[in-house]
Amino acid sequence: MHIMEGFLPFEHAIGWSLASAPFIGWGLLALGKRIRDKPEQRMLIGVAAAFAFVLSALKLPSLSGSSSHPTGTGLGALLFGPVAMAPIGTVVLLFQALLLAHGGLTTLGANVFSMAIVGPLVASMTFRTMRGLHCSFSISVFCAAALADLFTYLTTSVQLALAFPDSVSGFSGALLKFSSIFAITQIPLAISEGLLSVVIFNALARFNPQELRDMAVLPAKRSGA
Amino acid sequence: MKRHQNALLLLVVVLLAALPLWLVKAPIPADASQPSGIFTGTDDKARVLISQISPDYKPWFTPLLQPASSEIASLLFALQAALGAGFIGYYLGVSLSREKQQRIDQQKSVEQPDAD
Repeated sequence: MHIMEGFLPFEHAIGWSLASAPFIGWGLLALGKRIRDKPEQRMLIGVAAAFAFVLSALKLPSLSGSSSHPTGTGLGALLFGPVAMAPIGTVVLLFQALLLAHGGLTTLGANVFSMAIVGPLVASMTFRTMRGLHCSFSISVFCAAALADLFTYLTTSVQLALAFPDSVSGFSGALLKFSSIFAITQIPLAISEGLLSVVIFNALARFNPQELRDMAVLPAKRSGA
Repeated sequence: MKRHQNALLLLVVVLLAALPLWLVKAPIPADASQPSGIFTGTDDKARVLISQISPDYKPWFTPLLQPASSEIASLLFALQAALGAGFIGYYLGVSLSREKQQRIDQQKSVEQPDAD
């Protein structure tokens, strides 16, 4: 999902950076406030960042015959809200852009927008909607993380189609071409990410049920623990 | 029950990653001089598509630092995964021992109700 360094026209690079910047700032404020109010959650913020670190390093083969990687941003979005993931995802993308030549500085704004803003927003909205409809906790986590992953890659396809519309079929033709690369490859990987997110949530709920209840991720228990 | 569920979920993840290696056949290269690429990165495929849609487009910025070889690149990717997995493992270990300690404390307070 990383748009490569230099592979967005200058105006697009600036535009996506300007679009991402306020979310990163807002996310930094939100994270700072949370660490001040609830310093005991620092470790859990680290876990959310670590999960994104691990998953975005795993390049997996897909049934489409190419490889891609999950994003891992759904977990943190469910724990700390979508804006908190904007700065965390930016750190992950910066690490890869600076050390691995994976993604880039000129395309950082666009990559942050797809992976660290759209993905987490989709995760939060999906989770809230499904919990509102009384879906089970695990199924809601699964769908939230998987859809966040998939929408990240769809966003990348839109960004590339906007920058490189097809000479014949225009934006929609280019979108079809780019999403047939990104989104199709991503479907099995999105399922993997959804499953891995459920595994981590199971582990967190097993050892720290009270912490998750305090954060209103798990429903409050009447008897109390 | 939960433990079985997690093991089962992890098994599905492993299968999802491993099955393509068997199921997908290497494509026949359109150009005989080019090696056929299987399981290449989507980022690279997107770059190829960009060069098809806009043959005139020239990237206007290059990465400041390129990994010296693909081995160094996989070293850095492994480092990234290890850092993350290490932290998650550390956190779960701390949580586990904290939970154990709480249980021991609870038992003690039940056995010695007079103690503080």
